[in-house]
Amino acid sequence: MLLEVSGLHAAYGATRVIHGISFAMEEKAITALLGANGAGKTTTLRALCGMVKTEGEIRFGGERIDGRSTEDIARLGIAHVPDGRGTFLNLTTEENLRLGAYTRKDRAAVAADLERVYGYFPRLKERRAQQAGTLSGGEQQMLAVSRALMLAPKLMLLDEPSFGLAPVLVRELFEILRAINARERVALLLVEQNAAMALDLADRAYLIETGRMVLAGPADELKRDHGVRRAYLGY
Amino acid sequence: MDALLHQVLAGLATGGIYASLALALVMIYHATHLVNFAQGEMAMFTTCIAWSLIDAGMPYWPAFFLTVFFGFVLGVLIERILIRPVERANVLGVVVVFIGLLVILNSVAGWIYTYTIKSFPSPFPQQPILGIRYISAHELGAIGVTLAVLALLYVFFRFTPLGLAMRAAAQNPESSRLVGIRVGWTLALGWGLAAAVGAVAGMMVAPIVYLDPNMMSGILLYAFAAALLGGIDSPGGAVLGGFAVGVLENVLGAFVIGNELKLAVALVLIVGVLLVKPSGLFGRVYVTRV
Repeated sequence: MLLEVSGLHAAYGATRVIHGISFAMEEKAITALLGANGAGKTTTLRALCGMVKTEGEIRFGGERIDGRSTEDIARLGIAHVPDGRGTFLNLTTEENLRLGAYTRKDRAAVAADLERVYGYFPRLKERRAQQAGTLSGGEQQMLAVSRALMLAPKLMLLDEPSFGLAPVLVRELFEILRAINARERVALLLVEQNAAMALDLADRAYLIETGRMVLAGPADELKRDHGVRRAYLGY
Repeated sequence: MDALLHQVLAGLATGGIYASLALALVMIYHATHLVNFAQGEMAMFTTCIAWSLIDAGMPYWPAFFLTVFFGFVLGVLIERILIRPVERANVLGVVVVFIGLLVILNSVAGWIYTYTIKSFPSPFPQQPILGIRYISAHELGAIGVTLAVLALLYVFFRFTPLGLAMRAAAQNPESSRLVGIRVGWTLALGWGLAAAVGAVAGMMVAPIVYLDPNMMSGILLYAFAAALLGGIDSPGGAVLGGFAVGVLENVLGAFVIGNELKLAVALVLIVGVLLVKPSGLFGRVYVTRV
């Protein structure tokens, strides 16, 4: 197992947001976390990265990572595309990408990865010297995914990658995510409100409601589930 | 005309000193978005250490570099011990810590070294270089040292991964952690570098104003004006601002307002820049899409 989470609790100060959720991911898997606003999806991702106080056990590649610092967890190979995209607004596009590879020492491989990332997102190459704050929302989302990819991660956490993007861009982005998963051998843990797109991409999915896991199974099964269809797919 | 040239050159010389202290201010501003009021006292304190080393018989240049290293350590320690605990405090809280640090360093230096004025050696020859009468060898040397420090910092921040990481950590700590940057240490490193630059400024100014615990008080004010004029987030701007303030202060002091009102030049500049162009001459105005 690449990622094993068991009995995870998380809280912001006194406000408990997640009440003992458990799930697991295989290597190279694509898993979707679904749920309404405020269900605790973003908090789950933040908990995995040590960005909130947690209880319970998180194992990554068999090693316990709960309680470790965010920067250590990143160095283990978990890249997080955060809520709000986390762009370094005052730096150039290319500097943003170089920061993604900050912890890597293999310079030649980093240079090759930079070109590969530009291959996935040619728009970023056109804007490599431009201040990242001037990129459009869609471009910044591409930049966030690319920056995460530059870490050469084993697991990528994606927080609402479709947020604020035009439908055509969302489809394009999800196609690229599928290609990245297949070619770069990186597992994806996807938090999405766009349940239909997420279930198409994922092979497994979990449904979170008010901080508890209420449904788990292969993505196809969830797609056919009556409750999920009514509440999240709208048909 | 001759007198004017003399004043301009003398202004450039003192401007070089303002420039290096302004550079240190800009560096802390980069890391914390705050102006470190204790920067001048930190520079003074390290210069006292240099004086002790030289007094104990150490040759100038080894003492110089050892002091720069001490300055670096002092900066890192101050960040770790004093600034870290108030990291999440509001701006005023941190400013109070800066002022406390100023008073403490000033008093400790007074306690150890007393308030008597000491002369501090210059590494440069007594005679003017290249037959230039208007500017002493030390003043010329100080300008050169300032420019060299600026060039080193530019290369560091612009072309090294660590420099890039420090810029990133300053503006977006959360994203920086997510790419594996140890943000706490980059901040400490920023303080260390700023204190090291300040140490250089202190050792360059001490031969001109003599060494005593209060030697930096006026200079810090000019350095503030220089940093603001150049743009508080622009190292190159701070250096240029330093030279501009030095020349302006000297020329105005000599021909227009008299020496007594020289310090007012700095204040008028500070207020003027904040009113007319808060980003300074070279500060970047960041555009952001929302």
